[in-house]
Formats: sequence, C-alpha cells, structure tokens
Amino acid sequence: MTTGAAPASFVSDAALKRLQKRKAADRRLKYYGLGAIGIALLLLATLVTSLIITGHTAFLQTHVTYPVYLDPAKIDAQDPDKGNYRSIVRDSFAALFPDVTGVREKRALSDILTSAAPYILRDKVVADPELIGETIDFTVPVSDPFDQFMKGNIKRETAEDDRRVTNQEIAWVDRLMADGRLSKPFNTGLLTNADSRFPEMAGLAGAITGSFFALLVCFLISFPTGIAAAVYLEEFAPKNKFTDLIEVNINNLAAVPSVVFGLLGLAVFLGTFGLPRSAPLVGGMTLALMTLPTIIITTRASLKAVPPSIREAALGIGASKHQVMMHHVVPLAMPGILTGTIIGLAQALGETAPLLLIGMNAFITSPPGGILDPSTALPTQIFIWADSPERGFVSRTSAAILVLLGFLIAMNAIAIYLRRKFERRW
Amino acid sequence: MLTTLFICLVAVAAAGYFFGQRKARGLAASQNTRLHSLPGYHGAYVAFWVGLPSLVLVLFWLLFQDAVVEGLVISAIPAEITQGMSGNRIDLLISEIKSVAAGRIFVEPQPYVLEAAAHYNILNNTAEKAMLVVVLALAILGLGYARRNLSVDFRARQKVGLTMDGLMILCSVIAIVTTLGIIASLLFEAIRFFEKVPVGEFFFGLSWEPQIAIRADQVAGTGAFGAVPVFTGTLLIAAIAMAVAIPIGLFSAIYLTEYAGDRFRSVIKPVLEMLAGVPTVVYGFFAVLTVAPALRQAGAAVGLDVAPNSALAAGAVMGIMIIPFISSLSDDAITAVPRAMRDGSYAMGATKAETIMRVLLPAALPGIVGGILLAVSRAIGETMIVVMAAGLIAKLTANPLDAVTTVTVQIVTLLIGDTEFDNPKTLAAFALGLVLFIATLLLNIVALRVVQKYRERYE
Repeated sequence: MTTGAAPASFVSDAALKRLQKRKAADRRLKYYGLGAIGIALLLLATLVTSLIITGHTAFLQTHVTYPVYLDPAKIDAQDPDKGNYRSIVRDSFAALFPDVTGVREKRALSDILTSAAPYILRDKVVADPELIGETIDFTVPVSDPFDQFMKGNIKRETAEDDRRVTNQEIAWVDRLMADGRLSKPFNTGLLTNADSRFPEMAGLAGAITGSFFALLVCFLISFPTGIAAAVYLEEFAPKNKFTDLIEVNINNLAAVPSVVFGLLGLAVFLGTFGLPRSAPLVGGMTLALMTLPTIIITTRASLKAVPPSIREAALGIGASKHQVMMHHVVPLAMPGILTGTIIGLAQALGETAPLLLIGMNAFITSPPGGILDPSTALPTQIFIWADSPERGFVSRTSAAILVLLGFLIAMNAIAIYLRRKFERRW
Repeated sequence: MLTTLFICLVAVAAAGYFFGQRKARGLAASQNTRLHSLPGYHGAYVAFWVGLPSLVLVLFWLLFQDAVVEGLVISAIPAEITQGMSGNRIDLLISEIKSVAAGRIFVEPQPYVLEAAAHYNILNNTAEKAMLVVVLALAILGLGYARRNLSVDFRARQKVGLTMDGLMILCSVIAIVTTLGIIASLLFEAIRFFEKVPVGEFFFGLSWEPQIAIRADQVAGTGAFGAVPVFTGTLLIAAIAMAVAIPIGLFSAIYLTEYAGDRFRSVIKPVLEMLAGVPTVVYGFFAVLTVAPALRQAGAAVGLDVAPNSALAAGAVMGIMIIPFISSLSDDAITAVPRAMRDGSYAMGATKAETIMRVLLPAALPGIVGGILLAVSRAIGETMIVVMAAGLIAKLTANPLDAVTTVTVQIVTLLIGDTEFDNPKTLAAFALGLVLFIATLLLNIVALRVVQKYRERYE
C-alpha cells in the first residue's frame, strides 16, 4: 500500500449526497407506510360516518297525535276485532281539516298517516274494549314520505315535481306542526316491531329474535362438540394418519367460503333431512359447522397454554387422565375457551350468505316463537332492507347495521374483558 | 313437545346418576369393602345408559317420523286418486295436505285432501305422544339395566372413560363428516347438472344465461351454461380487490413492524383489525350506498361512463375488507425473520429502508406470498359484497368500470327463493359451488404449504 494517496474521506461531497439519497429513500418508505395506514383508517372512518349519517335519523320517528272518536256504531263491543277502524282513523283525521272536501284530497290527506294506522288502533281497542265510545288521543307514525320530509331528507326548496310530497301536503304538515300535533320521539318501533312493507312500521324485533335463536342453536351445538374435539385432539389422540386427517380437515374447514356451507345446509339439512325452510334451527346448525373450527382451534391453544406441571401434579396424586382433564386442565383453560367461543359467535352473528341460501331472507311480519318458525336474522334483514326501494329503508338499513355493529362490539368487549380478567400467565 | 321430552330425559338421567351413586354407596357399606370405582362413576355410568340410547332413538325418530307419516297418509287416500300420479304430483299433494293441516287454506280443497289433512294431524299427534312414551320407557329401561350391573368391583371408571373417549372421537369426526358432506352434496348435484349440460360447455362456453323457462308456455331464454364469463368476472373483481389490499396492507405492515413505536402499534393494530370484524353485508351496503355513487360521479366528472354496479366498486370495497388479512399475515412474516439478519444488515451500515427492502422482505417473501394466496381465496369466496354491489349479468370483459358477475353472486341468485332440485338452473349453482370449493381448497393448501416451509426454515 502506498501512503501517498489521501485516505478516503467519509464526508466527501459524493458520499454525503449518497447518504442524503439513502436517507430520503428511508423517509419515503416511512411515509408510504404512514400513508397506507392513514388510507386504511380513513376508509374505516368513511364507512362508519356514512352509516351514522344515513342511519341516525331512523332512530327517531315522526308521530302525529290527534283525537279519535271510537264510534260505537262502527265497532261491535262484543267483537272489537272486526270494527271499521279504517274509516274511524280517516274520518277523525279529516275532521282536523274541515276545509278539505274533495275525495282525492281526502285520500291524499289520510295518506299522511301510516297505512298501518287502522291496525294499531284495532290492537289498542282489542286490548282495552272499555275505550269504545270515548275520544282518545291517538298517536301514530306518519307515513314514510312525510317522515323523510320532517327529517329534512326531502327539501322544501326542491321543485314540486321532483319530490314525493306536494305543496298541498306540505301545507297540511305545516298546519299539523303549528297545532303541535307532530312529535319526533325515539323510534321504539325499530326494536319492537317485526318487518313490514311500510318503512315507518318496519322494525328489527323479528330479526333480533331470529338471530338470537340461531346463535343459541349454534352455541348449544358448537360449544360442547368443539371442546370435546379439541380435548381429544390435544390430550388423548394418538399421533397417526387418522388424527392428522382430522386436523387437516379442521384447518381447511376454517377457510371454506361461507356460501359453500350454505349449499351444504340447503342440500343436507333442507334436502335430505327435510327440516323446515327459513328456520333458525337450520341457520344455527349451518352456523355451528362454520363456528366449530374456530372454537376447536382456540380451545386447543388455551389447552396448550396450561402448563404440564398441573397435569403431572394431578397424575402424581392418582387422578385418572379423564379426571386431570375434567377437574384441572379444562377449568383452567375455560377463560380462553370462552373468549374464543364468543369471538366465533360474533362471526356467526354477522354471517349472511349461508342464511340466504337456507331461506332466512323471507318476508315475515311476526317474530318467531321458536326455533322451527320461519324467521329472518339481523344480517339477512339488512340485506332485505338494502334491496327495498323506499327511501325510508335506506336509513333503516343503516340503523339496522348500527344495531348489528353494536351487538358485535358488545360481544367482542365481553371477550376482551374475559381475557383481561381471567388470563393467567404461567 | 321436544322441550318436554328433553326436560324429562334430563330429569331421568339425573335420577339415574343419583340412584347409581346411592346403590354403589349402599353396596360398599353393606359388604364392608371399598368400591373399585368412586360412587360418582357408578352414577355417571347409569346416567349414560339413560341418556345415550334415548338420544339416539330421538334422532332417528325425528328423521323418519315425517316420511312414515306421509307414507301412511298417502296410502290412506283412496287408491283411484293416487293411481297414475307421478312422484312430483304426489309431492305436491303432500305439501297441499300439510298446508291444509297447518290451517293455511287458500282455496277450498278437495274433500279427500281435507280428510287426509285431518288424518295427518291425528297421526302426527299420535307419533309425538308415542315418541314421548317410547323414549321415556327406553330411558327407564336403561336405568334399570345399568343399575342392576353395579357391584362392588364393577369397573365403572373404565366404562365411563371409554364412553367419554368414544363421544370425544365422535365430536372430532364431525369435521371430517362436514367435509365429506360438503363434497358429497356438491358432487351429487353437480353430477346431475352435468348430465343435463355437457362439461365442455360449462367450462369453455362463453355465454351464461341460466334463466330458462320453468313452464312450457313461459317466455324466457333457452338457458346457456357457459361459465367462462362468470369465472373471468370473479377473477376481475378479485384482482381489483388485491390491487387495493396488497399495497395498503403491505406498507401498513412494514410501517407497523419496523417504524412504529410500541404505543402507536398497540393502538393502530386492533383498529386496523376492526376492518376484518365488520360483517360483509355491511361492506356490501357501504359499496352500494357510498362507494358506487362516488365512483359514478368521479367517472362522470372525467367523462367516463361507470356502471352503477361496476366491478371497480365491488372490488375496491372487497379490497378494504382484505387489508387486515394482508397486513396481519405480512406482519407475522416480517416479525418472524430472525433478529440476527436484521442486526447483520444494520451492522453493515444499511438504513432501515435498505434493510427492509433487501433483507427482510426477501426473507419474508414466502410468508407474505402465502398470506396473499389466502387473501385471494377469501376474495373469490366472498359473497355478500358482490351480491349487493356487483352485477347479475355475465359479461366477458376486462373493463373494471363495467358490471360483471361472480361465481358467488350466481350461486346466491340461482338459489334464492323457492328451489326445486330438478332443473338445471338450481343444479348449476351446485356445479359453481363445486368449482369454488375446489379452487379455494387448492389455494389454501398451497398457501399453508408455502407458509409452513418458510417457518421450518427459520425455526
């Protein structure tokens, strides 16, 4: 080596430039990463806000209150079921507007009320026949266009031909408002009514009960079988071709598209076994097959987490293998098993496609009374409403989604709480 | 009825447990010796004998009750009416009788139907009562038999253990039975489909028009079952989804593993994973409500004609759903690269970016590819987003602004509503389901292989 040449400088201009370039590349990658996360978060935020913006109005419902004379001539006190409630509702409402005389105007006027108004009145009278002959303050939802108008979704400024509410109708509504007859209370019907053709009367009671029954069936099937299978595979099974086959199957089932489970339910539960269509029983059975792999996999993980010293100590004082399992390992693993089960059930609650194939998307106007009655479920109800053309169903769909997300968040919160509270590090 | 039965069964089983335990204790006391098994095992042995045979009987009874009752009802109808009826006509007659029996009468039925309906109700009623009696009798017989078997050196613990092992094996086998059930039901219906439509036409035909006349006088297409446009539509939407999800997911994973601080990571990771917890029907509605109109407006602004149910909208929203899969699987793959490789790279003076791009990503590539394959399998199997946001008409196009349809959309639309199992339209759904099942299965197997190979290398 000659000593004449100057030692290579680490701070030469060229080196500095190279370094700058390299550092710039580093920063770029960092910003790309931040940008990607930002986009993902922004998308999540857009999803949630667009649902809240369209959905929050459905939690309120415009009602009109007006005096109704329950004319004994129109209702038979012996058989209040068969009164002419239609004309009672209409005539008392028309009495508020004595200046409206034309037949067509009168009909348009009564269209302000929900078409279900006569049935609401009937149910009220059937529940309390004493009311016949009296004048009561009757509160009913207004029909969808007027509800949308009151919520500002139909603008007064829009040209008359472009909106579903005529100027005449707006004048009527203004008069009702001036008389203080309109109110916008919390929409309890959303949670207590079943499905209906009229958006203002449609509610989620049927869907929530249907989902509850389906999840109940799913839990009763998948929880015990899942734990039994996991305990067997983790603790008792010999390592051989057969148990390998079971494991491969469980892992693959976890990745089979949900619509395929729907095809299975349709062909086997409905086709071969002849179980009733649209029943929460079939829905729950199909969901149970989908939830089973989740429960087995998480149960095995929590069984694995129980240290061998526990097993050895129990075996050492003379417990049988089954006693070790039933008395020690499974109880210790239970918090983890429950967490996994709740997460699995939360997934099952949001599952839609298999339920569509077994017919849980029917139009059913009363909540199911048992697991064999036809019914919808929350996600399929969302699907039905999303397909309905009436404007009122758009906000109801969003509201139904918010209700579904509420249930999911609650279930996941319980799972996280269980894990935090009972998780033990050994 | 079933509830009563189950409550009775549980009560009898509990009684069996109690009696078994008491008898065992009594035996030990009277003979002044110790029992071979704890009294609890004797009780459990009796309870198993009460519960298991009766449960099996209930299942079989429920499976066959309907068929037997239907057969009896049909055979009770005067022979001159049922004579010469085809199987389909008899099925129709049975469903008419059933709806009359349940009180759903729309038109005044024939007198013989009314009679049969009354007969049906009586038979069903009898069958239910008979089931209650027979099952409870069996349960009590089981109790008596098992209780007689007990003795001081009866090996109750072994018997109970064996039974429990058997039950656990049965539960594990459900996974295999489910897979077999899926394959069998798909294959069975698909074969029937291919008897009516040639395999070649299905896999290579370019025209998909499954709407065919159900009645002879109906105006409808003749039905064409060339599934190529359906497959290409599926691939197009999956490709769009991956184009959205891979960059966002991968860059998020890189940032979260290499740049982010612990606090940032512990907050952002669960938030990103929330995207995976949102039900797909919600994404579908989001696509219809927000994304599709926005894309349409954006397209109109630059003079492009975007279909209202464009592949782009469905694919983009599906991409959002898949982001967390890609990011968490890539995250795992990058974290799994051994510390030494990272440290070696830094020791050579490499920047973070250089370490990531030249060392970590190549090393983690198999894991990332495996994750992407899993995500693709999820994308082609995803149903609700495309059912709500994609088109119904199969179109052979690669234009993302056009409407295309997918395998899952066709399965759902072909099977929604009342289905009968003998026309090619419904059977086609099962053929598509078979293709979907095989495709996702292969993708999953390959993905798991890739990921496993990679894990082995670093463990």
